[in-house]
Amino acid sequence: MEFAELIKTPRVDGVVLHRPFMPTVEGTLCLTGHHLILSSRQDTTEELWLLHANIDSTEKRFVGSLGTIIVKCKDLRVIQLDIPGMEECLNIASSIEALSTLDSVSLMYPFFYRPLFEVIEDGWQSFVPEESFKDLESMTDEWRLSEVNKDFSLCPSYPSLLTVPKDIDDESLCKAASFRHGGRFPVLSYYHKKNAMVMMRAAQPLTGTNGRRCKEDEKLINATLCAGKRGYIIDTRTIAVAQQAKARGGGFEQEANYPQWRRIHKAIERSNVLQDSLIKLVEACNDQSHSMDRWLSKLEASNWQSNVKEILTTACLAAQCIDREGASVLVHGTEGTDSTLQVTSLAQIILDPACRTIRGFEALIEREWLQAGHPFQQRCAQSAYSNGKPRSEAPVFLLFLDCVWQILRQFPCSFQFNENLLIMLFEHAYASQFGTFLGNCVAERGKLQLSQKTVSLWSWVNRPQELERFLNPLYEPNNLVIWPSVAPQSLLLWEGVFLRWNRSTKCLDEAYQEMVHIIEYNKELQNKVNSLRRQLAQLETEDKMVADLK
Amino acid sequence: MEHIRTPKVENVRMTDRLTPRKSTVGTLYLSSTHTIFVENSEARKEIWVLHSLVYNVERLPTNPSGSPLIIRCKNFLVYRLLIPQEKDCLDVLASLTRLSRPERYGELFCFSFNPNLDKELREKAWGFIDLKAEFNRMGIPSNLWHVTAANHEYRLCDTYPSELFVPKSASPAVIVGSAKFRSRGRLPILSYFHRDTSASICRSSQPLSGFSARSSDDEQMLQAIMKSNPVSELMYVVDTRPKLNAMANRAAGKGYEIEDHYTNTKLQFIGIENIHVMRNSQQKLIDVGELVAPSMSDFLWGLENSGWLKHIKAVLDAGIFIAKAVAEDGVSVLVHCSDGWDRTAQACSVASVLLDPYYRTIKGLMVLIEKDWVSFGHKFSHRYAHLDGDPKEVSPVMDQFLECVWQLMQQFPCAFEFNERFLIQLHTHIYSCQYGNFIGNCQKERRDLRLQERTHSLWPHLWENRAEYTNPLYRTDHSQTQGVLKPLTTAYCFKFWKGMYGRAEKSVASHQSPADCLNVVREESQQLEEELSTHQEVPRETDAGQETCPTEGEENFRGEEDQQAV
Repeated sequence: MEFAELIKTPRVDGVVLHRPFMPTVEGTLCLTGHHLILSSRQDTTEELWLLHANIDSTEKRFVGSLGTIIVKCKDLRVIQLDIPGMEECLNIASSIEALSTLDSVSLMYPFFYRPLFEVIEDGWQSFVPEESFKDLESMTDEWRLSEVNKDFSLCPSYPSLLTVPKDIDDESLCKAASFRHGGRFPVLSYYHKKNAMVMMRAAQPLTGTNGRRCKEDEKLINATLCAGKRGYIIDTRTIAVAQQAKARGGGFEQEANYPQWRRIHKAIERSNVLQDSLIKLVEACNDQSHSMDRWLSKLEASNWQSNVKEILTTACLAAQCIDREGASVLVHGTEGTDSTLQVTSLAQIILDPACRTIRGFEALIEREWLQAGHPFQQRCAQSAYSNGKPRSEAPVFLLFLDCVWQILRQFPCSFQFNENLLIMLFEHAYASQFGTFLGNCVAERGKLQLSQKTVSLWSWVNRPQELERFLNPLYEPNNLVIWPSVAPQSLLLWEGVFLRWNRSTKCLDEAYQEMVHIIEYNKELQNKVNSLRRQLAQLETEDKMVADLK
Repeated sequence: MEHIRTPKVENVRMTDRLTPRKSTVGTLYLSSTHTIFVENSEARKEIWVLHSLVYNVERLPTNPSGSPLIIRCKNFLVYRLLIPQEKDCLDVLASLTRLSRPERYGELFCFSFNPNLDKELREKAWGFIDLKAEFNRMGIPSNLWHVTAANHEYRLCDTYPSELFVPKSASPAVIVGSAKFRSRGRLPILSYFHRDTSASICRSSQPLSGFSARSSDDEQMLQAIMKSNPVSELMYVVDTRPKLNAMANRAAGKGYEIEDHYTNTKLQFIGIENIHVMRNSQQKLIDVGELVAPSMSDFLWGLENSGWLKHIKAVLDAGIFIAKAVAEDGVSVLVHCSDGWDRTAQACSVASVLLDPYYRTIKGLMVLIEKDWVSFGHKFSHRYAHLDGDPKEVSPVMDQFLECVWQLMQQFPCAFEFNERFLIQLHTHIYSCQYGNFIGNCQKERRDLRLQERTHSLWPHLWENRAEYTNPLYRTDHSQTQGVLKPLTTAYCFKFWKGMYGRAEKSVASHQSPADCLNVVREESQQLEEELSTHQEVPRETDAGQETCPTEGEENFRGEEDQQAV
């Protein structure tokens, strides 16, 4: 298929663009296979380059022969294009519609994008499982790297290499896999060096209504417990939801079969509920005419903040079990690809200082989201303005980022990165020139040959020129576990994402610049003082030598 | 001392509802001015609670572990005690209940508080804020405005200061006549003069217009105010009350200006609710802060139900309307409500903060409070329940003003010289009665109490500790520091003030604060600057020293360096 077939009108002159906080621009609108471009052909005004993949939905209106297209983007921005001529407008609208809803992954922009920078470090190779296993090996010899899922036949959504208890052979793993939803048997997620406790993740056990059990599954998770120690199973669903799952063949671990484990149920919502929550929240944020009462009631009704609170609370619980109770933890929900990953990744941010560095955070996303098989392509197919029938879209990753932002805000000195990195990840998860978030699991990415045919997001982010934008000037490495407050009054609306296009950030940006300035000035002074101290010390030794000679 | 039944109780537990392991055991002491809790731990940490800051004391039913007692403070801190013996608990309850409700001014802490200042320094301290100088800063007196002696000995209006600034063109007869036509004699007087446009903010109480009454003196007074702004042919009257409330007042012979009687005057209602609505609203907000482990819905619903942020928005909207009229339209504004000492003070002072960068400095905010609140007769002792009295007179008027400033700080982080801590400290002292500044209800009352001789002033104390109250991001040359602030007032711009209302639980206290980190960095930079300047001088000295014989100073210096090396 050629893109040209979809582009009915490649360019229109005299189009007026309205964007939040920017002067209106009149210019020429061009449609290419992947971009909507508006340029006034003057140097003074910034051009608009919008990826079709970023377009969530469009609306058109006509007043006489003047057509207007409202373009609502996945990054929550809303722009307006006034197009003279009804036919042109209709053509543009239907072309955008077609180009922004291409079904085939291989037609996506990352396959066509050629970087304008030299790739120094290939992001596709930056975080390989073998490397993280080396780190683990340096701390403990209780674990091994299994190739049982080499051809993705045991568990299609898992990577080919998995960290499992040393004493459990591949045959047992196969049996355990057959007892877990989607073959997602318990694997290592995190090893807490301080007390050798671990966090594992899996999908729900397939106990069904007649209470099936699986000795290998029991043996597998018991292998992670020290003698006489108990562990916690954190089921991210309420007990009622978990009970209902039995009817569909799922279920939860029965106490009788897992006597060394205590099960705790939490109430993280399922993905379709989360999508509804996002739509309502963004709707509330975008209506500036709300009275105070109406705004607060809409914010409450969206349940977004409740979702943030529940996810963070569950992550804190997991971290608490490990660090304070000295117990190992197994986390799962239903499929083990959504709420489970929110919890395991946030718990690591709380527990592990390494995850609060840029590299460590990238590695965490790679490990706990991409390789762990969060279906990015399905979940991020549509964002808050989707008006079609919901399929499997859900802001699972965005909620994770929101929770990270909450912790970052409470511990502004404990993270090497700043809010910009989180916002950037949100944007790229939904629409990107990079291939990182394409596909739903490692197997799919392999088939798409992403690492050969597309550029990794990390190749770009980790360039020193780009990194600078994401560095937190207040960062002071902090080796402690950080316990965020989950009290409602401690959790705020993430304005950087949800009010980003609704209010100017000029004053806040100035404040940020001032902060950077204060810290840079301090560093400069420190350097000067240090060099003078060295000079002084040198002069003194010289003095002394002269004196000694005398 | 006669109210203290038990001066000391041992083995008292200070509990923390959210994290029980943070509870501590210690000894409770009652003095004539404070409740003191001293931890048994090695650190012997002390908590001092001023009796005058206690809002109420509540005893819960005795349980096997002891008798619980909750001390709630006017600055929203809450202390939960567990006293082993019920009898002791009852004694503490009775003593504290009495001690926290003084009946006479003489019982207030400010009359016994003694920071060891000699008489001369104390007098000087009271002169720290000089309102005459403040009016001079605005360019007043001028050829259009002057001070009138009409209120000498408070004979025109006993709740106004003795010195009033009025238009030069208003004759003594007009001044007296206007005062007679205004509630409690609170005639229109100058509050703020905006040099850039020569528009002014004046304030008064409501006119006694009823359904048809008029006063030519009052009408002339407004004309005089309008004409004191040579460039404008118009003036606004801002009635900060909801229109319905204002109309209801007409039946009592009060009300608002009838536009037909006042030429070239536009009347605008703003809709700030009365003190009773605000008192109830704040109570609901405090209850939200005290909820045990609330869900997000409980919290957001409680916040909405309290209506608090809606009221804060109304006060800010009033300030924005006035500031815009003065700065953009160049039109003078007369602001009033009913008596002109609550909503009027809020609206005028918020407008002043928006208009004038000076009021966004530490000293400037002190001046503003002294001018718009203290001198113009805001009833501090009634509103903040300094004495046991009519609970219907109590209302968080000043709390709302301070919160408006805080909300502005969230939108303009570089525009204010002071930080959140400064606002919270001001709030505490408005209630604490430790200093004499906020005692009484008007200037006359404070004079009669001889406060300047008998108590100390808060302002120099805050000024000396200003390093603690400085916003590290403030820079005078910042674009947002200068000129008029134009805040957004979309509903989502208003936030729950956690630093103020989220303090009921110790363990929810804030985590790292970027501002505090930055202050540490800035202090370090200052030290480095100093070290740099000494280092840069040293090499020259050393050079000189090598040619001649070493001086003593140099020996000393080297000695110090050696010690450091060791």
